[in-house]
Amino acid sequence: MSQLTSTQTAISPRLAKNVRRNMRERVIEFILMLAALSAVATTFAIVAILLYESLSFFKTVSLLEFFTAKEWTPLFEDAHYGIMPLVAGTLTTSAIALAVAVPMGTVAAIYLSEFASYKTREMVKPILELLVGVPTIVFGYFALLFVTPLLQKVFPELPGFNMLGAGIVMGIMIVPYIASVAEDAMRAVPMHMREGSYAMGATRFQTAIRVVTPAAISGIVAAYILAISRAVGETMVVAVAAGQQPNLTFNPMESAATITSFIVQVAMGDLPHGSIGYQSIFAAGLMLMAMTLFFNIIGHIIRKKYREQY
Amino acid sequence: MDNQNLIPTKASVMDDLQEVRAMIRRHKRKDILFALVGLLALMFALLTLLTLFIDLVMDGYPRFNTEFLSEFPSRRAAHAGLLSAWVGSLLVMLVTFLTAVPMGVAAGLYLEEYAPKNWFSDLIEINVANLAGVPSIVYGLLALGLFVYGLDFGQSILTAGLTLGLLILPIIIVSTREAIRAIPTAIREAAYAVGATKWQVVKDHVLKYSQGGILTGVIIGMARALGETAPIITIGALTFIAFLPPSPIGTEAPFVNFEWLSSGFTVLPIQMFNWLSRPDHAFHINAAATGAIIILVTLLMNGTAIWLRYKIRKNIKW
Repeated sequence: MSQLTSTQTAISPRLAKNVRRNMRERVIEFILMLAALSAVATTFAIVAILLYESLSFFKTVSLLEFFTAKEWTPLFEDAHYGIMPLVAGTLTTSAIALAVAVPMGTVAAIYLSEFASYKTREMVKPILELLVGVPTIVFGYFALLFVTPLLQKVFPELPGFNMLGAGIVMGIMIVPYIASVAEDAMRAVPMHMREGSYAMGATRFQTAIRVVTPAAISGIVAAYILAISRAVGETMVVAVAAGQQPNLTFNPMESAATITSFIVQVAMGDLPHGSIGYQSIFAAGLMLMAMTLFFNIIGHIIRKKYREQY
Repeated sequence: MDNQNLIPTKASVMDDLQEVRAMIRRHKRKDILFALVGLLALMFALLTLLTLFIDLVMDGYPRFNTEFLSEFPSRRAAHAGLLSAWVGSLLVMLVTFLTAVPMGVAAGLYLEEYAPKNWFSDLIEINVANLAGVPSIVYGLLALGLFVYGLDFGQSILTAGLTLGLLILPIIIVSTREAIRAIPTAIREAAYAVGATKWQVVKDHVLKYSQGGILTGVIIGMARALGETAPIITIGALTFIAFLPPSPIGTEAPFVNFEWLSSGFTVLPIQMFNWLSRPDHAFHINAAATGAIIILVTLLMNGTAIWLRYKIRKNIKW
């Protein structure tokens, strides 16, 4: 009898242990959730910091000037704040990079997916991954001291810093990325589609071009677009090899600064916190972020919308 | 009349056959031609890496000696060394490791094992995917505004380590999730059946069986952190450092100190960038030697990770 009353007033030690155990479970889950939330916090922090510093920037500089002025000289006595020269440099180097990377990456992907033997593929794929992991500063060296001198033999008037060499090296850098993403998309095309094509008497080349590529097109295009956003955000190659002078031109033979190389250039100097120069790199960063976000979103939409279901 | 024309004669059949054979030959030729072009494109990508490495090694060859690793940077190229840079890289990567690995693994665990399927989990997932696509220099701007000035950590090893930690967080989260997803549900159910709590299942089984896969992601992430230049330049790392940060291990109790965290520093890629941006060619030799070292270490790390993943895939049969 007495035992029954005791369970009514105080819980048994076994139950108490259970309660502690449940508590611990909840605390652990909460801690793990906090860690996962850090990803959200990082995104918010990036957006908040870029917006906050840019807002101070746009108190001094009107949006109209930002988008229409033809010069970008925020650190000079006679300061102009037109972002377009930097955007032009970014777009030119990215366009060259894509002109190199898209054909080569696609052809390499088709070869790997449709022509190469199992053994070759198993050997080449890890090497492509290794290439993706090479630090970009090393490619910068390659652009400045290997590719540019080579190009100067063909075009003697080419300056030491130029967008052409930087763009080409950036393209070479992106080839493995496009090749491996596009190859994944092509491997996902079911075998019976190829077999149907072969049964009709098509060759490998015909099957690859007329059956596999159209079926995998959403993945392939997404690979291109993600490659654009990589090219736009790439920093060290252009900072080393494309030159430091903002230059409103689309001529690849000239030297020009990009958005990223401008940020690097300013950060190398010692800028006082809160000055207009300091704020200008955040405004440039916001522009960069907007451009890459635009391409990333388009890439995701294309992948989602045009995904073929088999 | 017409019918007569349609009845094939022997000669016309032979002609058609010839035509078809010629067509097949044409198509086969195209096939082989494309295979060659594809092989060339692939070879070009691979040979570039080889050219790049050989170019660096040949250019930097004069500086491959122990002095290069034991000397501080100097105004005279032939006497400038990498001591402060490799020590700095090591310390920055230590901070990165200590922050990114626990956070990334915990986040991966939460998303795979705990998160309910609702808008909140979707939000986290979209964020992780987006963060992987943010250009690295933007992390530098974040760190400049948040760590350097906002939290007043200054241009220190701590700031750099945290920045790179945030940068490689998505890599670690994604690889943790992939490793966890490969574990069959039966294993979890067996553990639950003998009365394990969720955390016990996660800690003793899920984490244990996925550690190989997680390690792969950690190595790839650390290799990325070693080579990243842009975000560290953006936070304003100094390029001419002729001193070492205070040692993390003290000679007297409590044997560890944390002064090194707030010390100024330089890292290998920044030292390379600094030498590369000088007009004097003598410094370019130093840059090449540094580049060869960076590329060698990152290739070794990534190679180890890829090999490890291959081993895991081959050996584990659930």
